[in-house]
Amino acid sequence: MTQQIWLIARRSVVRTFRQPGTWIPPLTFPLMLMAVNSNGLRAATHLPGFPTDSFLAFFLPFSFLQGALFASGIAGVDLARDIDTGFLNRLALTPVRGSALLIGQIGGAVGLGALQACVYLAVGLIAGVHIETGVAGAFLILLLAVLIATGWGTLGLWLALRTGSGEGVQSQFPLLFFATFISSMNLPRNLIEVTWFRDVATINPVSYMIEGLRSLVISGWDTQALLLGFGFTLALIAVSLGLAGRQLKVRMART
Amino acid sequence: MDVALGLAHRQVTVLFKNPSLFIPPMLFPLMNFMAFAGGLSRLRHVPGFDFHGGYTAFQFVFVLLQSAAFGGVFAGFGIARDFERGFARRLLVSAPQRSGIIAGYAIAALVRWAMIAVVLTGVALVARMKIGGNGVDLFGLYGLAIIFNQVGLLWAAGVAMRFRSVQAGPLMQTPVFMALFLAPVYVPLDLLRGWIHAVARLNPLTFILEAGRGFIQGEPTQVALAFGLALALFVVFAVWARTGLRAAENAG
Amino acid sequence: MSRSDEGIEAIGLRRQFKDVEAVAGIDLRVLPGEIYGFLGPNGAGKSTTVHMLTTLLPPSGGRATVAGFDVAKQGAQVRAAIGAALQEAALDPFLTGAEHLRLQASLHGIRGDERKRLIGQLLDRVGLASAGNRKVRTYSGGMKRRLDLALALIHDPSILFLDEPTTGLDPQSRTALWDEVGRLAREEGVTVFLTTQYLEEADVLAHRVGIIDHGRIVAEGTPGQLKAQIGKPTVEVVPESPDELERLRELLRRFGAETAARPGAFAVQLEGHGALPEVVRALDTENLRAAQINLHEPSLDDVFLAKTGRTLEGAEEE
Repeated sequence: MTQQIWLIARRSVVRTFRQPGTWIPPLTFPLMLMAVNSNGLRAATHLPGFPTDSFLAFFLPFSFLQGALFASGIAGVDLARDIDTGFLNRLALTPVRGSALLIGQIGGAVGLGALQACVYLAVGLIAGVHIETGVAGAFLILLLAVLIATGWGTLGLWLALRTGSGEGVQSQFPLLFFATFISSMNLPRNLIEVTWFRDVATINPVSYMIEGLRSLVISGWDTQALLLGFGFTLALIAVSLGLAGRQLKVRMART
Repeated sequence: MDVALGLAHRQVTVLFKNPSLFIPPMLFPLMNFMAFAGGLSRLRHVPGFDFHGGYTAFQFVFVLLQSAAFGGVFAGFGIARDFERGFARRLLVSAPQRSGIIAGYAIAALVRWAMIAVVLTGVALVARMKIGGNGVDLFGLYGLAIIFNQVGLLWAAGVAMRFRSVQAGPLMQTPVFMALFLAPVYVPLDLLRGWIHAVARLNPLTFILEAGRGFIQGEPTQVALAFGLALALFVVFAVWARTGLRAAENAG
Repeated sequence: MSRSDEGIEAIGLRRQFKDVEAVAGIDLRVLPGEIYGFLGPNGAGKSTTVHMLTTLLPPSGGRATVAGFDVAKQGAQVRAAIGAALQEAALDPFLTGAEHLRLQASLHGIRGDERKRLIGQLLDRVGLASAGNRKVRTYSGGMKRRLDLALALIHDPSILFLDEPTTGLDPQSRTALWDEVGRLAREEGVTVFLTTQYLEEADVLAHRVGIIDHGRIVAEGTPGQLKAQIGKPTVEVVPESPDELERLRELLRRFGAETAARPGAFAVQLEGHGALPEVVRALDTENLRAAQINLHEPSLDDVFLAKTGRTLEGAEEE
């Protein structure tokens, strides 16, 4: 099983990185947004109760999430292409197990997520962000970022298995982006004035993913934030894996 | 004119037969509006936030202009698709007046955006947006947006006609996106600091945006400059689109 | 030489998709080492049948065994015994040919030097040795099909399924593929189940042919047997001088019944292929000079027409 996961994952990583037109924009666009927003929203740091005087430090965690979303789009579109071209049938005719196939397919998203996380963290550090939790915290940031990419990547796979087409996957993405927008991406939840927005952000798991990362950057060791961040991320992975697994059985109806 | 109206009719028909084509250009401005107006409204309490119309109105103007610009850009995607599928080539062969082709796409882009603008305005009113301006002010605001929509279309058309492929999509979108976000999106110009302040000061969209915000709060500002810049952009990109059409003609 | 004792057998095989019965009860038997041609128009149920036999689709009814294993209950064993090149070339444009083979071999548990040797051998065999390290998106259609075949063979299967393998290929590539398929059956004893909509392909390659229409087999047998069921060969002669037409008529009537011919020509239905040389000898003996002699054999399309009331081309237009 491990060998099979490795083989599928290897292929997923190789073909992801052989499509520069696909992975360069997801790498650079969050950086552009980071540059624009960290300066455009700098005034927010003057609000009473704002947790830091560096909006870049505040906003940096969102870049990991945004990168993960892009990576999931790539994972989904790649799998949809496999379904469309019949490559999934080719794999179905080999001894590969369905679970190995699924876990391996996330390889590309994970690889890209890891690269993105390293780049964003490096850019943040170069731009002067101070990581409150030090080197250990930086590693934890990378770990959580990769797990977030895994969770969103698996969601992308589920969409691909459900729709069977790249266009179908891409058409769902505005909804996923919307989920990230109605969160604590731009302001801490306690500073969001509009009640409905604050309530939605409070029940939105994305807020806790961002806050988990953010705590490592600006707050220090915050057990609650970390537990919630990791907890929701692992829950996303579990739910997406379950959905994708079920959909794979339907899509790959081999006897 | 016949070419323009004929083509515009076709584009609008395609749109109505494929409602899903409305979704992306509608969804993004709505999402932005909700996220910014809903999530960032506390920014109006930042000392020096000099806008009296409420944060919803402040963001509405940005989102309206964004929807106008991207409405034009999405129409540009349609032009690229028409080239890929061969329809545009047929148009070039059959149209007696080829500049009518650009006009046709422009009319269709405007019709599409008008529907989006109605939805956006409706949502903003439901969100209890304050409108300080009178009818003339609002006419000015929507007038600016209309010119902006056409600027977006002309830019995207020029790109589409040069590349004749939907793969040029990012090239159509990214400069528009950057131009919009290098303007005072979240706070007024005076509250921006650092390099972004320097860039925003030189960005023509800043003046258009600030004029729009002036209109909606009933305190028109830099109107002549904003309209002058908008029309100048229109002329520049009209030339861009026309030379793009010539490039497409020469490519055969 | 047969490499497996078991071929393919289907009894009452069915597949239903909501309101559509794509395969409506198929009985067939393919002997080990045989090339079985499965012929029919688009939408007849060929690919659905292949998908069931290769375990990609569970049957709605009936049963089938491939290499002695039940397709519904012993899917993994069936898959280990078969190779398949399905209708789509099913390749990843961003991987090289060698990488495809490596992945396929590894998933089948082939490792190390053995894998390396097999990859080199197969690339050579299908004529892709020099293109093995190029990405598949640079391959032509013919090259993709050849790689597809190599992938189907990497684990040395005893049964090979080819679903319309030459659709879209140029004549040269098609002939090359036919040669390889023929060689596999002849020299390596591979059982081949080949679906096609090309009459010529079935005629040239297949030992036996099954014709499917609307989900049912309407005819089965060797190409010769099927054609013999339908009709006899026809010879049409155009005399060098139109004045000789009457003499020609009298001569040819000795060899068979008159049948339709072009203006200025005369045609009869022969009793068998052996009659043609006699016709030629007779023309020579009577000093009747012919400007043209055309021999028309019944085709599999004629078989299809007889069994279904329409030609294969006509069936596709429905």
